Amino acid sequence: MYRILKKRYLNEAKNVIEMVIDAPLVARKCLAGQFIIFRIDEFGERVPLTIADYDRAAGTVTIIFQPVGATTKMLAEMSAGESILDFAGPLGKPSEVEGFSRVAVVGGGVGCAIAYPVAKAFGQAGAEVDMIAGFRSRDIVILEEEMRAAVTHLYITTDDGSYGIRGFTTNQLKALIDSGIRYDRVVAIGPAPMMKFVCAVTEPYGIKTIVSLNPIMIDGTGMCGGCRVAVDGKTQFACVDGPEFDGHLVDWDELIKRNSYYREEEAAHVCRLTGGVRHG
Amino acid sequence: MADMRPTKIPMPETDPIRRAGNFEEVALGYSEADAAAEAARCLDCKNAPCMRGCPVGVHIPDFIREIRNGNPEAAYEIIHSTNLLPAVCGRVCPQENQCEGKCVRGIKGEPVGIGALERFAADRHRESRQSRTVPSQKNGHKVAVVGSGPSGLTCAGSLARMGYDVTVYEAFHKAGGVLVYGIPEFRLPKQIVEEEIEGLKALGVSIVTDAIIGRTLSVDDLFSDGAEAVFIGSGAGLPQFMGIPGENLLGVFSANEYLTRINLMKAYLPEYDTPIKKAKHIAVVGGGNVAMDAARCAKRMGADEVTIIYRRGMEELPARREEVHHAMAEGIRFRLLCNPTKILDDGNGQVSAVECIEMELGEPDASGRRRPVPKQGSEFTLDADAVIIAIGTIPNPLIKSTTSGLETTPKGCIVADEAGRTSRPGVFAGGDAVTGAATVILAMEAGKKAAAAIDEYLRGN
Repeated sequence: MYRILKKRYLNEAKNVIEMVIDAPLVARKCLAGQFIIFRIDEFGERVPLTIADYDRAAGTVTIIFQPVGATTKMLAEMSAGESILDFAGPLGKPSEVEGFSRVAVVGGGVGCAIAYPVAKAFGQAGAEVDMIAGFRSRDIVILEEEMRAAVTHLYITTDDGSYGIRGFTTNQLKALIDSGIRYDRVVAIGPAPMMKFVCAVTEPYGIKTIVSLNPIMIDGTGMCGGCRVAVDGKTQFACVDGPEFDGHLVDWDELIKRNSYYREEEAAHVCRLTGGVRHG
Repeated sequence: MADMRPTKIPMPETDPIRRAGNFEEVALGYSEADAAAEAARCLDCKNAPCMRGCPVGVHIPDFIREIRNGNPEAAYEIIHSTNLLPAVCGRVCPQENQCEGKCVRGIKGEPVGIGALERFAADRHRESRQSRTVPSQKNGHKVAVVGSGPSGLTCAGSLARMGYDVTVYEAFHKAGGVLVYGIPEFRLPKQIVEEEIEGLKALGVSIVTDAIIGRTLSVDDLFSDGAEAVFIGSGAGLPQFMGIPGENLLGVFSANEYLTRINLMKAYLPEYDTPIKKAKHIAVVGGGNVAMDAARCAKRMGADEVTIIYRRGMEELPARREEVHHAMAEGIRFRLLCNPTKILDDGNGQVSAVECIEMELGEPDASGRRRPVPKQGSEFTLDADAVIIAIGTIPNPLIKSTTSGLETTPKGCIVADEAGRTSRPGVFAGGDAVTGAATVILAMEAGKKAAAAIDEYLRGN
């Protein structure tokens, strides 16, 4: 069992939740860019979540999630002091952060929770980091202070202009590139369509763009092949070959289709939920 | 004098029409009378050729004699002294190629039903709930075992019996490896696997789940945490795809994914959250036990039609005879001597059909089997709304890529000698991680031999 040590809501809308989990074995080796797989109870699914932060000394791992499917909705109902049954990891390859002088990290919505530790790791490795964090509106902005403290320049965008710069992250990224900044790497983490558009912005400039994919998977160790994604025409397993890939080589349309495969089942599951976790 | 009837006492089975709609065990096992009658067919050969066919050297004539004499518990003790998982082996071993393949009675008729008798002894033992297992006196030496499948469990149990302090690391949330994620409930009830594992725990084996060696901990970490030797029994978990167009369409699964959703994640039980798509016509590519398991699961999940596509003929099907027979009885169709060339899109990214080409058998290849050759111009399409690829698995690269000094083959298999010694001192390996995908019993043999080699290595230190 893995105990939930802390729980907090990260925005006014209370739709993004941070949990600190007691998981010493995972905390021992994990690095930015890697993920874990959790399972709430015996009847639960195995769900991957990227690691948002960790504390080796305390033996804890921080996860940030948005309750969207049945499992994350159940997890959202749990409180500090309760435990979940499984928390396995770290999985996947860590982010490549060494040897860059200036990078742009683009986060979209709850993806900022994952983009933030990657941005922090780039900064710690000596790079100048511009972070563009995009949200739909002011009430769902998360981790503003943390991101500001970790990067050189933080640009917050909102689709409706209710906070920061009005517009999409892609507009801001293009503006920065066009202002003459020479990035040697762009990283985009967020909804697949956003990552796809970031790649479309950077491609004409020839800036290598890394994306972090979170496809459907079961084991996270290369065993099921459910997370396969076509990269440069070759099938790769996001869990072991990724989760980070060269975004200019990813077949986005296929990925977006594969990720929506269980949408009907997911909706049916959520309907069956009567609110709350099944087994206390 | 042995009973000279030429045929085995058949094992009762559930009705094929009814069972194709549920996950209950298909083969029901012998009654006392059946077992006594079958045991009486054994000639009790002095040279026991059957034993030479058993990878773990079960004392077959001895245990059969005990069954004949009405002592199933004594029979169990004899089996268990060399085979740590009798209830599993009695169900999933390909006996026709092993013990029963060497039985003298098989020359003029059917061999003695050794597998069925082994299962009988193991099941009677389970039902009697007699457990005389006591942990052995500890010798103070620690060994780490990677993977809780058949090779890891056997290695761990053998070492625990010798007094070693053994910890098994399992990547999944449940121990058992392929016995829990791969082999379906109707062939090997999970309750039985759990009881066998509880038996190993009673011997003193510790099991740590959610621990992915190569990620959570490295092999080096296991040594620095106190293990004096490490056994790698991580299996062959990486599914192979065919490399044909359309393999990433929605509705194409690896057999690993399909079977894991059903067996480990219990998608067939409503109280579990695991989703699985209902499909009307499922095509399964491959002819091994995994293909049979996937096809029979697909039928039970409610598919109207399930078709196995295999590139060689009936004679060449690598699956156990019994599985092929069960699959046919349950209405699985076999399209033999044909091979998929393309998976077709319905226009929305979902599978609509499989394009195949007919094959004929040519000259024998390196494996000694006749090589299938495509017949030009014989393409045809088979309607399908789901395709399961069951053409084999290779070892997972996680351990190879994170363990220095460990030699592997170009196919990613760990190089180990007959006793399980790898290129790195103190590191032993066995089972599918070394051989590539094979059988439960061969993995158990490797685990057992490696345990002996580890003991020898640590005594020499």
